[in-house]
Amino acid sequence: MKQVLKYFKNYKVKAILAPLFKMLEASFELLVPLVMAAIIDNGIKNGDKPYIIKMGIIMVLLGLIGLACSITAQYFSAKTAMGVGKELRYDLFKHIESLSYTEIDEMGSSTLITRMTSDVNQVQTGINMFLRLFMRSPFIVFGATIMAFTVDVESAKVFFITLPVLIVIVFGIMLISIPLYKKVQGRLDKVLLQTRENLAGARVIRAFGQEENEKEDFAEATTELTKWQLVVGGISTFLNPLTYAVVNLSIAVLIWKGAGQVDDGILLQGDVYALVNYMSQILVELVKLANLIIIETKAVACANRLASVFDKKSSQVYKEEKVAPVSGAPKLQFVGAGLCYKDAKEASIEGINLTVNRGDTIGIIGGTGSGKSSFINLIPRFYDCTEGSLLIDGVDVKDYPKEQLRDKIGIVPQKAVLFSGTIEDNMRWGKADATEEEIDMALDIAQAKEFVEGKEGGIKFRLNQGAKNLSVGQKQRLTIARALVKKPEILILDDSSSALDYATDAKLRMAIKEKTDNMTVFIVSQRSSSIMHADQIVVLEDGKIEGIGTHDELLKSCEVYQEICSSQNKEEVTDNE
Amino acid sequence: MSKTMNKTTVGRIMKYIKKYMFFVILSFVCATISVITTLVGPILTGKAIDELIGPGKINFYDVKWYITLFIIAMCITVLTQWIMNVLNNHITYSVVRDIRIEAFNHLESLPLSYVDSHKHGDIVSRIVSDIDQFADGLLMGFTQLFTGVVTIVGTLGFMLYINVPIALVVVVLTPISLFVASFIAKRTYNLFQSQSESRGELTALVDEMIGQQKIVQAFGYEDDALDRFDKINNTLEKDSMNATFYSSLTNPCTRFVNSVVYTAVGIIGAFSAISGKLTVGQLTCFLSYANQYTKPFNEISNVITELQNALACAGRVFELIDEEPEVAEPGDAKVLSEATGEITIENVDFSYVPEKELIKDLNLKVKPGMRVAIVGPTGCGKSTLINLLMRFYDVNEGSIKVDGTDIRNITRESLRDNYGMVLQETWLKSGTIKENIAYGNPNATDKEIIEAAKKAHAHSFIKRLPQGYDTVITEDGGNLSQGQKQLLCITRVMLLLPPMLILDEATSSIDTMTEIRIQKAFNKMMEGRTSFIVAHRLSTIKEADVILVMKDGNIIEQGSHKELLKQKGFYYNLYNAQFAH
Repeated sequence: MKQVLKYFKNYKVKAILAPLFKMLEASFELLVPLVMAAIIDNGIKNGDKPYIIKMGIIMVLLGLIGLACSITAQYFSAKTAMGVGKELRYDLFKHIESLSYTEIDEMGSSTLITRMTSDVNQVQTGINMFLRLFMRSPFIVFGATIMAFTVDVESAKVFFITLPVLIVIVFGIMLISIPLYKKVQGRLDKVLLQTRENLAGARVIRAFGQEENEKEDFAEATTELTKWQLVVGGISTFLNPLTYAVVNLSIAVLIWKGAGQVDDGILLQGDVYALVNYMSQILVELVKLANLIIIETKAVACANRLASVFDKKSSQVYKEEKVAPVSGAPKLQFVGAGLCYKDAKEASIEGINLTVNRGDTIGIIGGTGSGKSSFINLIPRFYDCTEGSLLIDGVDVKDYPKEQLRDKIGIVPQKAVLFSGTIEDNMRWGKADATEEEIDMALDIAQAKEFVEGKEGGIKFRLNQGAKNLSVGQKQRLTIARALVKKPEILILDDSSSALDYATDAKLRMAIKEKTDNMTVFIVSQRSSSIMHADQIVVLEDGKIEGIGTHDELLKSCEVYQEICSSQNKEEVTDNE
Repeated sequence: MSKTMNKTTVGRIMKYIKKYMFFVILSFVCATISVITTLVGPILTGKAIDELIGPGKINFYDVKWYITLFIIAMCITVLTQWIMNVLNNHITYSVVRDIRIEAFNHLESLPLSYVDSHKHGDIVSRIVSDIDQFADGLLMGFTQLFTGVVTIVGTLGFMLYINVPIALVVVVLTPISLFVASFIAKRTYNLFQSQSESRGELTALVDEMIGQQKIVQAFGYEDDALDRFDKINNTLEKDSMNATFYSSLTNPCTRFVNSVVYTAVGIIGAFSAISGKLTVGQLTCFLSYANQYTKPFNEISNVITELQNALACAGRVFELIDEEPEVAEPGDAKVLSEATGEITIENVDFSYVPEKELIKDLNLKVKPGMRVAIVGPTGCGKSTLINLLMRFYDVNEGSIKVDGTDIRNITRESLRDNYGMVLQETWLKSGTIKENIAYGNPNATDKEIIEAAKKAHAHSFIKRLPQGYDTVITEDGGNLSQGQKQLLCITRVMLLLPPMLILDEATSSIDTMTEIRIQKAFNKMMEGRTSFIVAHRLSTIKEADVILVMKDGNIIEQGSHKELLKQKGFYYNLYNAQFAH
């Protein structure tokens, strides 16, 4: 909640002016009956028509001033609400971007998306309505209570019982609803997840003929959402009837007690009338308040959900100050490094010791799930070593500022992800001010130049959502080019040429070797042919290093490597027969 | 434009509400009763107070009687109000659920070209945020519109009872506020629409950037992403500000109109009182009713703006529901039970966009049980061919026949049931490992599931997961490696054993050792099954009965490995290039 409240800081004046104008308007509204009374008391009694007309004009003027006040109030409250909403979204987006991979894994993106959209909307509406209405109701409720005391202290004591009961009802319902409403938003997350998943998996779902099942699952998720909406809604349904009952019972008590006092000559008939009137006024305001309470309940629940995102701090802390490389240090050095993912039973990799020199090409090979990607994930500090450490240019990766570290590294992830926009837009991801020559060069090295030129508009060719208008192989080559554009010192290819044919793959490796300047390259691959020419090959099995060395060395010394190669060589041998 | 649009949207919403007509009527009845008892309340208290003439003159029996009546009326109000609230909740959330489910179901029937070419975030925004906003508006509409209308009618009755001419003045003047309200509403509808659109745009960006947060961070793209976000965010703020502020003018404006009406009643009433046509008591009573009468107009005008937003949102949802679904299956579409696997492709032309032809005059005959390998440079149209075989896209010209029947005359479901497909892009559903394996056949037994996993060599890694087969895969399979995901996709197909197989780089992320073992399982599986294989490993390709060499959307060579080598054509070159290490 606090995190959300601080956003009012920039809107302090507006946030105060809005309810102030609203109260001003209410005050002018209260003057109207007085003017009317003047018409009746003076105008009608004296038959003074010009006086009546004069008073009529005053009333219209009062209305006009009220209109102006109210429009001003609406303007300020809308301005505040939308402004706070905007800043909230901005900071939330920024905050999510600062989270490390561990937190992203933990939360999942669907819920973050609902929070950015639906929850912020609710908070925004909540603020808007709060500024417009909230000041007015308590103002009138307490005002009416005070007025009641000026009439008769004894009778007004009824107000002392009514008021706390009403407060208990209003806030009780609010307090019960908030956690339940959080549940509703949680169910909404599920609905969103289902929708996203179905869009992403449209092909598989249809291939397996699972449309009906997916529909059922969605219906189930939606029904569940509806159920909780009805539960929360069900609680709010009591709000109006309960307040109505309490206020009217108080009125009954006021009249009954009043009757006795009038009979004893303590009170006048008009006094009782006034007391009942004040009570009725409270009711009118409470009815208005009820709708507001529901909106505010949602807003508070959503604000809490936003706060929990803000509370999620990145488990990684980055240094601010740039660090200078230690001269003479190897490019990379793994010192007993290991990684155990959060909530995982066992470490994905452990005890990694490896020294890599500038300009070297390192091949990483191993079975499915042997820890190749985990190994790679340590280099750009996507995850922190849970044991040991990793040094780049002689400096622990934990001592680099984020930008400096990521600038050094170009990564091509396993999954070829491109974004909607032109090819050029995508190429500029790593380096916003890349020249056309640089992009051209990167495309050339990545063996993508030919097909890009074949596309309509060349690099201005537009990719759609998920780059579905490219083949997987084309996407892979573009992701490689994207990493090359920024001319990184370290290039990581995480099994990123799996969809390329052997010939293209070979050409790609050649080009990287020849056309880049002393780049240190990590190649993760399933194919021994992709890594056999590497300066060092790391063989991983079950998260541990089974062997390090050149192709020839490993063929002699490492059993696992022998197996891998022989399984693939067999293929090549038979191919060449 | 907005008006007709509005009308059709309202009409369509009414259709959804119709299903709950009984509840709607009941809610209206409750609203009526509660408004009447609410209006009666002050009369009863008034009568009770009238009894309090002065000390010693009070008829306590009468006071008690009126208070009792008052409490009874109150109880009725409380009860009917509560029932009405419950009903309104029920109607609103049910209607919203129905629309949401229909929108989603429609999504499942939309052609893949729609899914491929639209931003997912925008679609998500329609199904989630827009429908949500619609729910809020609808609920408010129900609760306030009903009571509002009944209150207007009720007070009108009381006013007519007191003084007809002045009542008529009120009746004639008050609707002006409604005109003002609808005048503003009409102009704000477009504002709400652009707010919804900006919101959709923002969701699309958020969906892409947050959904791919890891890549964003890997490329240090955070600041650029934030800049792009900021731009849309600012537009959204402006749009929201416009929509909210201009629509919020309704209430003050109508209230001003009402205060003018009130003044008019006051002046005319005062003149009548001077000329003796009205008592002062009647005038005050009248004024208080005039006040009560105009209040619901304020509330309704308030609701109208809220409804305007709801309508704009509903409009966007209906837009989705109105998207052209996949070409309907002909009524006599054949159900393909167990295909023999004979596939004939005749003179097929296809292109994703009309301007750019991709496949031209493609011909191919595949005998049952044949193993077909597709090779060719990246981007030559291999995936397109698969899209056509599975009927994800329809051919522009020519035909594809399975067992002699044009696939357009076969039900999509049965056609696809006959194919087992493993794509390079792994998609898993969030759920347990078991659920994912049994995806194509939810009734599979645990034994069958484990057996399939063993065949696909996925069993050993699954066993090692924290909860084994019951381990929950998080969104997008985040906690699995790419290779493990691929193994699961293979297991998924292994469980089904359909008559025809499509393997598109199915083992690209799996290590070679495992792959060889899987390959054996595949070979066994493919015996007697027609299969299409896209792969780079020659061992797989060589064992194929036919190799199709594709280039630029055409089959340029076809034949067995040996035949093609003899031809010394494209394949020969490709083969030599690949193995000239």
